[in-house]
Amino acid sequence: MSDFLLEIGLEEVPARMIAAAEAELGKRVSELLKRERLMSNGAKVATYSTPRRLAVLAEGVQAKQADTEKVVMGPSWKIAFKDAEPTAAGEAFAKKAGVEVSDLKKIETSKGEYVGASVKLTGRTASEILIAELPKEVLGLYWAKNMYWRAAKPERFVRPVRWVAAMIDSSVVPLEIAGIAAGNTSRGHRVLSGDKPVVIDTAKSYVEALRAAFVVVDVAERRQIIRKTLDAATRTVAGARWREDEALVETVTHLTEWPTVILGNFERKYLDLPEEVLVTVMRDHQKYFAVEDAEGKLAPHFLAVLNTQADDEGAAIIRHGNARVLRARFADARFFWDVDQKTPLAKRMESLKNVTFQKELGSYYWKCEQNLAVANALATIVRGADAPFDEAALFKAVELAKTDLTTELVKEFTELQGVIGGLYARAQGLDEKVAQAIYDQYSPASAEGAIPSTVEGQLLGIADRIQTIVAMFGIGNAPTGSKDPFALRRAANAIVKILAESGLPLTLSDVINASSVSDAGKAQVNEFFRERLQFYLKDVRGFAYDVVNAVLAVGADDVRDAVARAEALTAVRGSEDFAAVSAACKRIKNILRQAEEKGFRPDPPKLGQLALEAIDLWDRSKEIGPQISKLSEQRAYREALALIATLRPTVDQFFDKVMVLDPDEKVRSANLGLIDEVLRNFSTIADFSEIVTA
Amino acid sequence: MSVAQPEARLKTSSLTFQDLLFRLQAFWAERGCVLQQPYDVEVGAGTMCPETFLRVLGPKPYKVGYAQPSRRPADGRYGENPNRLFKHTQFQLILKPPPVNVQELYLESLEAMGIDLKHHDLKFEEDNWEWPAGGAWGVGWQVMLDGLEITQFTYFQQCGGMDLDPICAELTYGMERIAAFLQDVDSIYDIVWARDKETGATVTYGDVRLADELQFSVYNFEMADVARLWEHFNSYEAEAQALLEKANAVLTDENASPKEKKRFPMLATYELALKCSNLFNLLDARGAISVTERVGVIGRIRALVVGVAKAWAMQQETSS
Repeated sequence: MSDFLLEIGLEEVPARMIAAAEAELGKRVSELLKRERLMSNGAKVATYSTPRRLAVLAEGVQAKQADTEKVVMGPSWKIAFKDAEPTAAGEAFAKKAGVEVSDLKKIETSKGEYVGASVKLTGRTASEILIAELPKEVLGLYWAKNMYWRAAKPERFVRPVRWVAAMIDSSVVPLEIAGIAAGNTSRGHRVLSGDKPVVIDTAKSYVEALRAAFVVVDVAERRQIIRKTLDAATRTVAGARWREDEALVETVTHLTEWPTVILGNFERKYLDLPEEVLVTVMRDHQKYFAVEDAEGKLAPHFLAVLNTQADDEGAAIIRHGNARVLRARFADARFFWDVDQKTPLAKRMESLKNVTFQKELGSYYWKCEQNLAVANALATIVRGADAPFDEAALFKAVELAKTDLTTELVKEFTELQGVIGGLYARAQGLDEKVAQAIYDQYSPASAEGAIPSTVEGQLLGIADRIQTIVAMFGIGNAPTGSKDPFALRRAANAIVKILAESGLPLTLSDVINASSVSDAGKAQVNEFFRERLQFYLKDVRGFAYDVVNAVLAVGADDVRDAVARAEALTAVRGSEDFAAVSAACKRIKNILRQAEEKGFRPDPPKLGQLALEAIDLWDRSKEIGPQISKLSEQRAYREALALIATLRPTVDQFFDKVMVLDPDEKVRSANLGLIDEVLRNFSTIADFSEIVTA
Repeated sequence: MSVAQPEARLKTSSLTFQDLLFRLQAFWAERGCVLQQPYDVEVGAGTMCPETFLRVLGPKPYKVGYAQPSRRPADGRYGENPNRLFKHTQFQLILKPPPVNVQELYLESLEAMGIDLKHHDLKFEEDNWEWPAGGAWGVGWQVMLDGLEITQFTYFQQCGGMDLDPICAELTYGMERIAAFLQDVDSIYDIVWARDKETGATVTYGDVRLADELQFSVYNFEMADVARLWEHFNSYEAEAQALLEKANAVLTDENASPKEKKRFPMLATYELALKCSNLFNLLDARGAISVTERVGVIGRIRALVVGVAKAWAMQQETSS
């Protein structure tokens, strides 16, 4: 059994693309080996990557395909042999198949007797196959952004390929990728190992050979080293912790080959800047981890993950250099903050006319005016409800919400828009409600994010997003398939989440109607929100798809109500009685459909025409119908559903004894009228016929 | 919790701003590059100089380096911000086609400026570049040294809307950043630009450039005459357009001789387009370009710049 190693040496691959490419390469190599019958039982394929390389090590590979036999079919027996003597056709076939005439066999088929020959196929060597097939697999890797570098552009890849190592055990597989002939050498860390080739003795020694050249090729190992050394560096400050940031750990893992960590400091005076700004500078701009004290407050330190191992002198230089850059960044932020204060938010409205919201629609000034109109309409509905809010503060917040787009700090840190506006509003002495609403306007930014903490913030967030959605739909920018360049789905998800998790007395149609949606466009927007609500119930809240369908079939407008109904339905759907009732509902629906197809009409039920069991059902339905309505009004859906489940014996009796589609037209019509009424009485919470029963 | 102490000053480079430039230029000159002087028309980036923008077109290999003052009117800060400049110095290097060891050569060039890589942390982080008005883009990295971006490294893919073949590598060194880093000063204005060997007296970046920063900020933000800037813009544009039309006529004329084609002033046409680009930047800094105008004006500049690039490529083909 052999081992196969492939390493593609590259100029630094973008960190964000490495993990997926490593996995894809592993999959392609595995599939190739399987397809070509080169994988033995128990073979294992490991993948590795650093910014400068992608590698696959397959252990348990066959050096050669097994030989096989194959039966080749020839002409019919009668044509190949006359009187047991081979004919010219028979001899020609034997020659073509490469066997003696005496080796030809008679093969029975459904069409008669034919001549066949067993042909031995000699397996190809792994090396031959890899030379022919592997380069295509490598060059077929998906990259979010490609380049070409060789004259005449023979291939595209993420970055230039600079070396290739391809080996079976200790021999080179002489394949060629992007003009580079494979060898048995790699390269180590740029600085710590330098340019000299790193010889790999055997495929299996790959990981250790690279480790000796200051490259940890295993991503999981690097990740762990980084986490441990972050911990160790943080321990030098009493009581401190580094701020967990999984995404940043991933990024620095893919930016390093030999990671180490330094802890640096910054002047305490910068802690006066808002934490949001400090963390953004450290994380997004410098890829540093923030450090917090025992109370969770930012401490004047940072952690940088390096791609080198320096001696003490080097470490001091590197620490100093990084601290210097951070200081300059903080000083910039401070400078921008101070400059921005010279023009308060209230004085920035006019300059919004110069900031484009959307080319075909208008500027952010226009956007603010539109948002105000929407907020006004929403406020009219919410006014006087149980969600008290400060109307003046809301309108002020809507008016100023986008003014931070003209500030230097937001130009520098675009990811902090809204947050900066809120901080400035506070610093400029605006009402705290105004400041908080502006601060929270983009929350929730994801399905996991929290909704704005105040009613004003919730209304601002809804108004801003529905305005955007409706305006974008109006100019043909609705999302299609996987394309949603304006993140309108995310905006709608946020609206649904706010409606679900706030106490706002707003339905989706209230929200949609508050916008300037056209009559013609309304259906599309309604359908879009219905899908978003479905997404929220199913993917965010985790309700079963049949529960979601059952709930939405009866009503998809009131988000909180839909959630409550889904919860109640989920709670009862397991009970046997309920399953029986939902099966009955399905049956009723089917009968009504058949009746309609046959032109049978339901009439209001009359006592005289109903069987005893039907009268029982009618009585029970009339008895509990109002109770269910009452419970539903109180949103006591679980109790209402429990009550519906008590119908089971009555319903069972009815279907046992009564033939609904009675030959007598009067009886039939009365029966139909009855089940129609029963179905309507009990379908206000969910369409039970959607429930999938085991 | 310990109190953060200011970092101790470390041994700093004794190389002046101009020493660094000399070293960098000498390094690349030794490797066969043409050393050009800065281009004498206002540009926003070294890429826009004809030594880059036009030379990268077509098949002819070329290696060139130059230290280009790059003007970005909106970035001016009246000389008050220690890290931001209206006009900064880009050492621009074009290697067409890029040698296979271009990254290693780049690292050597850092060593040539006295940067001992054993004592620093170096990363190549993805950063792609584009200049939409020039129909130009490429992929590459920002090179980070101890957390500081010191170079933009780009493999050009397209220019003037045309695929390049061969491609080139463009290295753009931010000289002020590198100097401030090596000299360990917190303000660009404290960079030692030159030092008198005999007296030890120094001339700082502030001595040389502070007045530029202050006065051009005043001009760019406050005093540039918007109406006249538009007039200049329209005038340069009109002349460039007229020349482009003639160029296209001559270059596609089968009866025109190679000599006639060769002498057509594409370079002069390109300068007129560059003038427009700079005037746009001035108008922008002045806040004189409205939302609705913006896209349109960029489109006009693009028409000139890309038009010249295409005509230039044609001229190279037809006149040789």
